[in-house]
Amino acid sequence: MLGRTANGLYWMFRHIERAENGARLIDAGLRMSLTRSESSEGDWDGVLQSAGVRELYDEVHDTLTSGDAIDFLLRDRANPSSVMSCIEAGRHNARMVRTALTRETWEATNECWIEMKAMLAKKARPADMPEIIDAIKRRAGLIRGAFHGTMLRNEIFNFSRIGTFIERADNTSRILDVKYYVLLPAVSAVGSSMDNLQWESILRSVSAHRAYGWVYDAELRPANIADFLISNGRMPRSLAYCYEKIVSNLGYLAREYGDRHAAHETAEETLASLRSQSISDIMDRGLHEYLEEFISHNNRLGQEITDGYRFYQ
Amino acid sequence: MAFDEMINADSSPRQPYSTYHQWYASQDRNRLIAKSKEAETIFRKTGITFAVYGHADSSEKLIPFDLIPRIISGREWRRLAQGIEQRVIALNAFLDDIYHKQEIIRAGRIPRELIEKNDAFLPQMIGFRPPGGVYTHIVGTDIVRTGEDQFYVLEDNARTPSGVSYMLENRETMMQMFPELFHQNRVRPVENYPYLLRQSLSSLAPPGCAGKPRVAVLTPGIYNSAFYEHAFLADMMGVELVEGSDLRVIDGKVKMRTTRGYEAIDVLYRRVDDDFLDPLTFRPDSALGIPGIMDVYRSGNITIANAPGTGISDDKAIYSYMPEIVEFYTGRKPLLENVPTWRCSEPQSLKYVLEHLEELVVKEVHGSGGYGMLVGPTATKRERAAFAEKLKERPNNYIAQPTLSLSTVPILVNKGIAPRHVDLRPYVLVSDKVQIIPGGLTRVALKEGSLVVNSSQGGGTKDTWVLED
Repeated sequence: MLGRTANGLYWMFRHIERAENGARLIDAGLRMSLTRSESSEGDWDGVLQSAGVRELYDEVHDTLTSGDAIDFLLRDRANPSSVMSCIEAGRHNARMVRTALTRETWEATNECWIEMKAMLAKKARPADMPEIIDAIKRRAGLIRGAFHGTMLRNEIFNFSRIGTFIERADNTSRILDVKYYVLLPAVSAVGSSMDNLQWESILRSVSAHRAYGWVYDAELRPANIADFLISNGRMPRSLAYCYEKIVSNLGYLAREYGDRHAAHETAEETLASLRSQSISDIMDRGLHEYLEEFISHNNRLGQEITDGYRFYQ
Repeated sequence: MAFDEMINADSSPRQPYSTYHQWYASQDRNRLIAKSKEAETIFRKTGITFAVYGHADSSEKLIPFDLIPRIISGREWRRLAQGIEQRVIALNAFLDDIYHKQEIIRAGRIPRELIEKNDAFLPQMIGFRPPGGVYTHIVGTDIVRTGEDQFYVLEDNARTPSGVSYMLENRETMMQMFPELFHQNRVRPVENYPYLLRQSLSSLAPPGCAGKPRVAVLTPGIYNSAFYEHAFLADMMGVELVEGSDLRVIDGKVKMRTTRGYEAIDVLYRRVDDDFLDPLTFRPDSALGIPGIMDVYRSGNITIANAPGTGISDDKAIYSYMPEIVEFYTGRKPLLENVPTWRCSEPQSLKYVLEHLEELVVKEVHGSGGYGMLVGPTATKRERAAFAEKLKERPNNYIAQPTLSLSTVPILVNKGIAPRHVDLRPYVLVSDKVQIIPGGLTRVALKEGSLVVNSSQGGGTKDTWVLED
């Protein structure tokens, strides 16, 4: 496969994953602002930070309002991580690599773009938000379904999956990192209803508020939430799950090509540490430090994959 | 009145359309209009779009598809095919001659300066014979019709003819929407074009190719107006779609950067113009090409289709000499007629053209896509006057032809059907044999009375049927 094609697939799926996560973040933000009476600007501050665009927002806007924050996250082209920017970039990459995609996968991606472009042509009214969030999730789901149902399990599949999970691991770790302080033992000992709300919003931003109850008990405990999102290998948005997938897809490539790269070492090491470290170890060492290091390793892995498989040269 | 290919003057259907016409008469018009919308959705969903240069807000447009097919009888087709084959053979023989002995010039049949002062003539090709002696592998001959037995060749597109993806997608769409029509009519298939193209390209692998030839399609990239087609053809042929930045000359071979390292390419179906192909040989500022590919080509380690320099054969200035060219190389009179053409470079002709602007079509010698031309009969007085000035300034830059009364085929409109002018581009593959795909791209001028069928100027397309009979 061409290095450029591998690059296109990788970024196509990173962008689609980011678009979907963006929709989830907005959803969680909306939910938070619904469940409390006072002004919700502080919540949007957290949402913008989780999306990694807090500073960019300030470059475009003077004040932080929920309306502007939502628009910035949803459809502002000045924000390369806005849902619409991501859908556009994902579709752009898909168009570039369409010879590598099944017709179903391409059409699902193209139709996602067509529908969202129409739906997000104008600034969204608050009343339309549920429908919009729903449409984004549905469209992303259709792409995923077409992809899983029709693509050959070959190198094309592997690069696409690696893109999805590098992005997802990045997103999950950012969400945790922005809210790490509400999970710290010292603060959480209070267990006020405010904290409960924050904890729920973390789970909601990864669509895990119901699953949490199945795995742990109904009570929200910070250590359990961190465990769920970092170490639980059955939770599809946890760091451990993402790295199992990355390692297994890199493993397929290594076997098929008969060649290993620095990326293989990095991914395997990260997975091993995710498996061996208990959540209390991580909490003791410092959740924030742990996540910062994770994010930087995850970026390095992305770069090693780019180099090892000649995405650009 | 223009010749209508579907309906006779007495309102009866012409013979090739008789089965179709019966079916059409039994259709509910609203259903057809609904189908027409459905077709548009299919095209948009599939992403069969093209870019119109100069339209900032509409970077991707659909070419309107009309669902009434253009039908050609087997007898008509056989005649056309023979004429096209003769012409394509002559084109290749002409190219070989022009880049070698130039006998046609020595015989005084065409002027030397017409070749040597032409930008499309590439001195780099002199004395070089491409693999298999084939210069133009893929040809799209533009044909118009003016009567029952009157066909003219309008242009020989011997560089990188586009539009074949529309031929294939139009057929696919028709078969999806109206399967019953294909039971009732014996329509010759066009679907195997990608297979034939790949076979044809593979059969012309360069001498330096050991083993199974590796074919790739070279595109200028995602912003090119025909990107969809490039991706489509690569996909259907099962070969890589590459850009210049993927390729590099290594150890005397053109290689592409893959996830496993660099791998050699043997045959490159390029959809990049000559000028941009090799910055070391042609335009140094080209970012679309591959530095050094011409050296690899000349040393027999890659086949480039179509060969660089084929533009000299389909240049509009050369066009007027095609009857002589065909006769010179095939020893026979051309089976297909040329449109009478005035070369404005000749004073006598220029005088005639200036005096008859209101009845002529004047084209730029190097133009394409319907840009920079004057359609005399529909132009305003002021437009004609302005054009006359341009003509006098640079007469060498123009040719003129009579406005032909192009045949019409009906299109579906809200009130039923209405005749619109059409042309036809059949696709030809040249290897050790000449293969003409039975069908092609019918372009239709959607505006009433308009003679301009170019998609960039509001033209649409139709499925083109060649019947077995």
